[in-house]
Formats: sequence, C-alpha cells, structure tokens
Amino acid sequence: MRINPRYINRLVRMGLNVQAYFTVGILIIIVAIIFFKGFPHTNFAFIFSFPEDMGREGGIFPSIVGTIQLALLSILLATPLGLGTAIFLTEYTKESLFTKFIRFGVESLAGIPSILYGLFGFIFFVIKLKMGWSLLAGVLTMTIMILPTIIRTSEEAIRAVPRQLRIVSYSLSASKWETIKKVVIPAAIPGILTGIMLSIGRAVGETAAIIFTMGSSLRLPLSLMDSGRTMAVHFYILAREGISMEKAYGTAVVLVLSILLINILAYYIMNKAIARYS
Amino acid sequence: MIDRTVLKEHLVKWVLVAFALSSLLFLFLIFIFILAEGLPLFLKVGLNKIIFGMKWAPTKGHFGIFPMIISSFLVTIGALIIGAPLGLSCAIYLSEYAGKRTRMLLKPAIELLAGIPSVVFGFLGVIYIVPLVRNYLGGSGFSLISTCLVLGVMILPTIISISFDALVSVPRTYREGSAAMGATKWQTIYKVIIPSAKSGILASFILGMGRAIGETMAVIMIAGNALKIPTGILDPLRTLTGNIALELAYATGDHRLGLFSTGVVLMVIIMILNYIANFGIKRKIAK
Repeated sequence: MRINPRYINRLVRMGLNVQAYFTVGILIIIVAIIFFKGFPHTNFAFIFSFPEDMGREGGIFPSIVGTIQLALLSILLATPLGLGTAIFLTEYTKESLFTKFIRFGVESLAGIPSILYGLFGFIFFVIKLKMGWSLLAGVLTMTIMILPTIIRTSEEAIRAVPRQLRIVSYSLSASKWETIKKVVIPAAIPGILTGIMLSIGRAVGETAAIIFTMGSSLRLPLSLMDSGRTMAVHFYILAREGISMEKAYGTAVVLVLSILLINILAYYIMNKAIARYS
Repeated sequence: MIDRTVLKEHLVKWVLVAFALSSLLFLFLIFIFILAEGLPLFLKVGLNKIIFGMKWAPTKGHFGIFPMIISSFLVTIGALIIGAPLGLSCAIYLSEYAGKRTRMLLKPAIELLAGIPSVVFGFLGVIYIVPLVRNYLGGSGFSLISTCLVLGVMILPTIISISFDALVSVPRTYREGSAAMGATKWQTIYKVIIPSAKSGILASFILGMGRAIGETMAVIMIAGNALKIPTGILDPLRTLTGNIALELAYATGDHRLGLFSTGVVLMVIIMILNYIANFGIKRKIAK
C-alpha cells in the first residue's frame, strides 16, 4: 500500500514543529529555573555588598566589578585590532594568498576551545611574562578570544555599506582613509556594535580561560596586577564546592540576566542595521 | 617633497596590515607555547606511553591519557547522537516550514541559547539531570549519559545556525523545479534540498563535535571525572579538557607538562575537525 505523500508531508511538518518548539522550550526552561530559584536571593544588598565567609554570606559586588573590568578592558583592546583587521580585509586588498592566511588565522582562533586559551594564557601571560594571576593576564587572554567575533561582524558590516556612499565620497576628492573614517565606519557602526555586544556577552560568561589567568581572588581588583574573579568564576566555585546553593542561584540570576540583556541588545542593533540597507 | 595626505594614507595602510597580522601572530604564539610545554614530555616518556597509556598518575611518572581520549570521543559522539537529529530538524523547520513571523521569533531564541554560559549548563545538569539519571537508571548519576544529554543541548545552536545557513542558500529554482514536478514539500526537502545542502549540514555536525570535545566547565561538573574507560552509559568518565581544568591550578613540574601534553592532543584533534569542517564549507561555496 502506498501512503499519500501529502499525509507524510503533514506528519513531517508536525514532527519538525514539535522539535523546534522543544528546543526553544529548553531555553525557556533554563531561564525560568534560574529566575524562579534565584530571584528570592537577589536584591540590592546582594549586588552591592562584599562576600563574607568565602561567599557563604554577603553579596557579589567584587565579582560584578571584576566582570565589568574584564569585559570593558578586553573590548578596548580587541575593537581597534579587530576593526583594523576588518577594514584591511575589506577596503585595502583583493582576495589573495595573504588574505587567505589572515582568514585562516581568524578561523582557527575562533575554533580553539576556551580551555586551550586558558592553558596558553596561563603559561604565556601568567608564568613566562610573570604577570601572575591578574586582571591584566585575564584581559589579554580574553582579547585574543573575542578578536575573531569582532573581525567577522565588523567585516560583514563594512561589506554591507553600499558602494555609492564610497563613490560619492571619492568624487568629493576625499582620500581613501578619509572615506573610511568619515563615511564607511559611521555607516557600519550598528554592525560593529553588534560584534562588540556579542563579545561582551562572551567575556561575561567565560570561565575556563579566565579562572587560570585572572585567578579567583575574592577581593576587589584595584590594579591591573591584582587577581580577581568574575561572576561566572564565582558562580562556578560556589556551585562546584557546594559553598552555598542560594548564593549560587542568586549569582546565576545576575549572570544570566546580564548576558541575555547584552545579547538581546546585540540582535536588536543588528536587525536595525539590516533594515537600514535592505 | 611627499604630499602629507599620501604619507598618511601609506601610514594607515601599514598600521592596518600590522593589525591584520596580529591574529596570525596570536595563533602562532598559542601553538608555540602549548607545543613548547607539551612536547618535551612526549620525548621523555614516549609518545606511546602517553597516548596509549592506561594510567594517569603524574606524580608517580605515569602519564597515560588513553582513557581520556576515548572518553572525549564518547561524549562527543553521544552529544552528536542527541544534538544532530534535533538540530537538523529545527534547521529544516526554520528554513522550509516556518512562516516569517515564527522564524523571527524562534531564530533569536535559539541564538540566545548559545549565549548561556557553560557553567550554567553544568550547574543545571548537576541539579536536574544527574539526579534524574541516578533515580531512574541507577549509578551515581555523574555519567556518560548525563554528560551527553547536556552537551547535546549545548551544541544545538551551532548545528542549527550552520545547517540553517546551508539550507537557506539552496537556490530557489531547485525548489520551484521540484514543486513543478508535483512533489510535496517534504519530498522536495528530502530529495532535493538536503542533498544540495549536504556539505554545509555535515560541516555543522563537525563544528558541533568541535564544540563538544572542547567543552570544559559543564563536563567537569557532570562527568564524575573517574580515571578509567567507561564500560557503560552510567559510568563516570574524565575528558581531555576535564583533565586540564581539574589539575592545572596546582600542578607543578612534570605534572604540569603532562597537562600541556593533554592540551597538545586536544589541539591536534580540534585542528583536524576544523580542517574537515572548513574544507566541507569551502567546497559548498565553490559549487
């Protein structure tokens, strides 16, 4: 007996539908668990007070400051490097062996798992360059980790800038660099910002690379050479060593909420940018 | 005299070249420093005794990581068994069946899933998946199956977004041609679209494998970290990444070198996977 292909089509459609919503359901469940369990332990005092007794009591203020320091400083270093690379790849060369090499480098960096970044940052920055477990070592490691994201998103954003804008600028006798600085980059800003936001999200959520470079000191990092811990590291230590489940959930809420907000903002900016040129 | 604008243009260009070279420099540094620390032990102890050695007791001179290599592959394959069908189904639904509004809602949601930190996955795995496995299947719950379940979910965003791109880039004329022959949507997908997007879909699986084999924090929280080859899905295990992360903080001397040797093996595996994936994607673009 031959089954009508249209019934199979309907059946498949239903099956795929269920699986797609199941996947989104997982996200919703994860976020819901974290929020329901964590919100009772999160309040103003939790965010703005110092941890006591290894994190059993008190808040997470130093780890919030540490996270912000890490994310902002690595963005500060990675953005010029990444944007410069993207400008070079799009405006200054044609596809050649040289650009292939650079692209290979970027792709490979993107594929390296974070534990290997941790291993490298530990031996290179912490040990060989004698930085010790410090904010600086964490920032430098993180800079390399987020570079591929910044390069890719900036490159896409710059490529999407219409050619006419450049032609008009040249016709007004602007030089190449002037055109890039005054016309191309301003037009590509939303896409570049998306890359920056996604990178901040990555820096906030990273653990394996940071715990071996920035360390896990509970104090507030006051200089580049101080060790500190980010929210993700703090959360990991609370959860793994069973120090306090309540505090772990509380930290998780702040961590997940900030990452979700950063990423949602990133996609919002990206959609605005896409709408602009299509 | 050289014009100042011309000089500036040249200066800018060379600064940008230097910036562009920085990625290659960083890659080079990462390779050199991990190899410089990891290779000496291979020469001292012997390649065979490390890669095929069964015993890891670094303070007593045993550096065998064979059980970890096997465990890493087991969790990766397990994650793929769970993540690949689910991820591909989602990608097909999103690219072929979903309306514009559904797609606008589901796609960002799946990308947000990619942003959830791996420690959070690990934590929820310990709180919910591990007890579930312990109560219904037995054992301690810290096991191969728990790890695979969590990793399977973690690689979904990678698989979905790359397969989706591959499916969407199949030319519209293929779909129209198939529809004109009287094929249903599913027949078109099954017979035309999936075969044309095959290399991109495969690349998404391989990149998902790369993500799973490199995953660290979630794995050390759930896997149980036992130093032997698991004999069943309920056995605990330790992966290559887990070995590094668990011991790096306090290791010294040869012990630390042993962890870098573990890193070298992991790096080689990742490089091979990335090479295969990129090769697959390039072939698709060339076509």
